[in-house]
Amino acid sequence: MSARVPGPVMVAAGCGGTGRELEPYAGPEGLDGLDFVTRSITLDPRSGGPGPRIAEVPGGLVNAVGLPNPGLEHFLATELPWLVRAGARVVVSVAGSTLGEYADLARRLSRAPGVAGLEVNVGAPDEDGAGLLAVREPFHAAGVVAAVRREFPTDRPVLVKLRPDVSRVVEGARSCHEAGASAVVVGNAVPAAFPDGRSGGLSGPAVAPVALRCVAEVHRALPGVPVIGCGGVRDLPSATAYLDAGATAVQVGTALLHDPTTVARLRAALRPTAHPPAAEETP
Amino acid sequence: MAEERGRAPGAVHVDGEVVASKRVGAYRHLTLTAPGVPERFRAGSFVAVTVAGHVARRALWVHRVRASSAFGPTLDVVVEVRGSGTAWLAALPVGARVTLTGPLGRPFALPRDAVSCLLVGEGYAAAPLFPLAERLRERGCSVSLVVSAPDESHLLSALEARRWVRSVTVLTADGSVGRRGHVADHLHELVERSDADVVYAAGPAAVLAGAAAAAERAGAWSQVAVEVPTACGTGLCHGCPLPVVGEDGVDRVVRACAEGPVVRGDRVRWDAL
Ligand SMILES: Cc1cc2nc3c(=O)[nH]c(=O)nc-3n(C[C@H](O)[C@H](O)[C@H](O)COP(=O)(O)OP(=O)(O)OC[C@H]3O[C@@H](n4cnc5c(N)ncnc54)[C@H](O)[C@@H]3O)c2cc1C
Ligand SMILES: Cc1cc2nc3c(=O)[nH]c(=O)nc-3n(C[C@H](O)[C@H](O)[C@H](O)COP(=O)(O)O)c2cc1C
Repeated sequence: MSARVPGPVMVAAGCGGTGRELEPYAGPEGLDGLDFVTRSITLDPRSGGPGPRIAEVPGGLVNAVGLPNPGLEHFLATELPWLVRAGARVVVSVAGSTLGEYADLARRLSRAPGVAGLEVNVGAPDEDGAGLLAVREPFHAAGVVAAVRREFPTDRPVLVKLRPDVSRVVEGARSCHEAGASAVVVGNAVPAAFPDGRSGGLSGPAVAPVALRCVAEVHRALPGVPVIGCGGVRDLPSATAYLDAGATAVQVGTALLHDPTTVARLRAALRPTAHPPAAEETP
Repeated sequence: MAEERGRAPGAVHVDGEVVASKRVGAYRHLTLTAPGVPERFRAGSFVAVTVAGHVARRALWVHRVRASSAFGPTLDVVVEVRGSGTAWLAALPVGARVTLTGPLGRPFALPRDAVSCLLVGEGYAAAPLFPLAERLRERGCSVSLVVSAPDESHLLSALEARRWVRSVTVLTADGSVGRRGHVADHLHELVERSDADVVYAAGPAAVLAGAAAAAERAGAWSQVAVEVPTACGTGLCHGCPLPVVGEDGVDRVVRACAEGPVVRGDRVRWDAL
């Protein structure tokens, strides 16, 4: 597959706003050339969950934001064109409640100008609460990937984002790769609870060791599959830990909420000039 | 209302320094340098401050900016210690470095004409009304200021403001200074008496909702500064839902930090907040 795998630094889904809010902190280049994963987009608009949506815990955040997004149509008319004009390489995160919805999203996004790739969100920490397709088994995830891949041109990447569950992640990565995923994003908010017991997902520095273990296991078992690490990346050491474990790229989420300049700093620090150009970047 | 507003011209993420820290009643007033923030400030915008060892940021209203001082441009915040983050902030010594982002959010809309304005604030949250009063005065507006608090120690001083507003009313719940009572119980009377064209409110939700309702009854506009707990303050995380009715009459949930914190009072769905 010739699809370019993004990286080495990406904005993680749901932590870059609509892009506009990140621009003031994106450094001299702005969003130009930045691999930007959108918040997860659904067919219909969603207003998100009730407050409080986020609680702070030692080392991270518990969130139950509930995937607020304007729905595909509004996204295509407003947010996407803005991101494309700003020069971002837009990876659209898609989420659905049925296989058909994922396929529909992929079909319509395949025709939208400027979509650099898709990221299939199948690892949400509270799928039931969020009304998303329940993806429990590796073959469920692979089924979604196959449905999306069928609708999306092969010269552009389809990423799949998997839960950092070490007992399932290698099988999940294998099945999804066989189903046509160009790369596997390993890491998401980890299923957790708010102090009052409501369901949510834990993110931030606390989850980095969990996702790192999963990245290492996937890379060891499937050295040919591009892996993108996601969870707790906040500075150069936390990013290089993933790259050293075999990841081709990292995604930055919660750290942007703490310091919106994090991605600009990491892009500068990991600029490929220090290394020979990566193979997947030569046309 | 013919209003002028628009977004603050960009926010910056900078390292600043505590140049003064003063206990005033129950609060701690901090004066900070934060290169680029005072210059961009508009009344009603806030800053998000990094607290050591914490992932979420702490939002604070800007109480005052000085264009120049011995330390260059500075800004003042008023901290009420409530939990670990505000306790850390209040304990910062002079000379300590602080990282902050600002100014954030949509500020108060200013009337284009020299109209009559009532400003109502409770507790530390009244902080942004003081720079607002100054701006309104510069535009020739007639300004009545109401400051309230549970008791005197939680009251922001209106001493200086008396010089440039038409009237100051002070209310405390325990009667330790000014009139005794809860401002939320007196809003209709205060709005009627002021004959205001615009009501500006800052404080707990009950005060804001009351001010919005009283303004509507009196045929005045209202602008309210809403505090919804926020993790980032920058609009990135969608973590601070503010239920509103859009211009088109459709119910929506917007981000309090980015589409607010100041919104028209008649747009907020108070029962869903
Ligand atoms: C727009 C805005 C302006 C504000 N301005 C001021 C101000 O000028 N002075 C002041 O003293 N306080 C202000 N606050 C409230 C202040 O941000 C919170 O009191 C503070 O975050 C509590 O932090 P803590 O660490 O002391 O408490 P903790 O209880 O340790 O906080 C735990 C978590 O809850 C969040 N949180 C708890 N209560 C609130 C709250 N009421 N609002 C927002 N987040 C909350 C914190 O940010 C943190 O993530 C403002 C809040 C907002 C949204
Ligand atoms: C506020 C918030 C919103 C998020 N929204 C999404 C989303 O819409 N889609 C998604 O796939 N992941 C979402 N995530 C998960 C992040 O993209 C990321 O995978 C996870 O938080 C772990 O990385 P981090 O520790 O760098 O944040 C969200 C996380 C947070 C904190």
